[in-house]
Amino acid sequence: MDAAAVKLSYFAWVRERIGLASEQITPPAEVRTVGELIAWLSGRGEEYAYAFERPQFIRAAIDRVHVKHETPIAGAREIAFFPPMTGG
Amino acid sequence: MATIRIQAEDFDAAAAAAALTAGRNDVGAVVTFTGRCRSEDNTLAALELEHYPGMAEEEIARVAAEAERRWPLQGTIIIHRYGRIRPGENIVLVVTASSHREAAFEAASFLMDYLKTQAPFWKKEIRADGSEGGWVDAKEADDQAMEKWAK
Repeated sequence: MDAAAVKLSYFAWVRERIGLASEQITPPAEVRTVGELIAWLSGRGEEYAYAFERPQFIRAAIDRVHVKHETPIAGAREIAFFPPMTGG
Repeated sequence: MATIRIQAEDFDAAAAAAALTAGRNDVGAVVTFTGRCRSEDNTLAALELEHYPGMAEEEIARVAAEAERRWPLQGTIIIHRYGRIRPGENIVLVVTASSHREAAFEAASFLMDYLKTQAPFWKKEIRADGSEGGWVDAKEADDQAMEKWAK
């Protein structure tokens, strides 16, 4: 199966550090999980390395549902990365 | 079904609570919780609340459905604001209605603990001197408050 394009969305300081609110990317096939995607994105440039420098503080959602870093990304349409939430 | 609104505008807590019980005589307890923006000893000019449109509504709906599964609620309203909010202004409203007070109190507390740590909102501080105070850090105490509901 060919690698599929996925929309990435960034919020709060993840968005500020990367300098984008969202983008369309096609990760290589060997990138299978959220955590592997974070590691791969970190290698795309200084701004990404800065945003993801402490992966333990990065939360993720696939298609608007919270997921763990171990979660596979296969079939995802939208993957969002953001800091721990501070609403309420 | 809970009523959930994500909005920039302010809300009227009393009007929301009244709407939940209008024309009903079976509701024995209504808990209304309002979360407000503090001035932090007048160092804070405002909070800028960012949210994840779409997911904010969906995640809060999931949390509300879980509250309705755990407690016999007769009505639930959750309103969360986004955008620039100044000290003294409202941020979040939770209203729960039930036959008895215990369910209404507990469900409101549960909903707030979950909103703090699971609803996709982020607060940025705008300082009174006009500078950006940076993003508010998530609190360990909020995580612990949520974990007590785990089951």
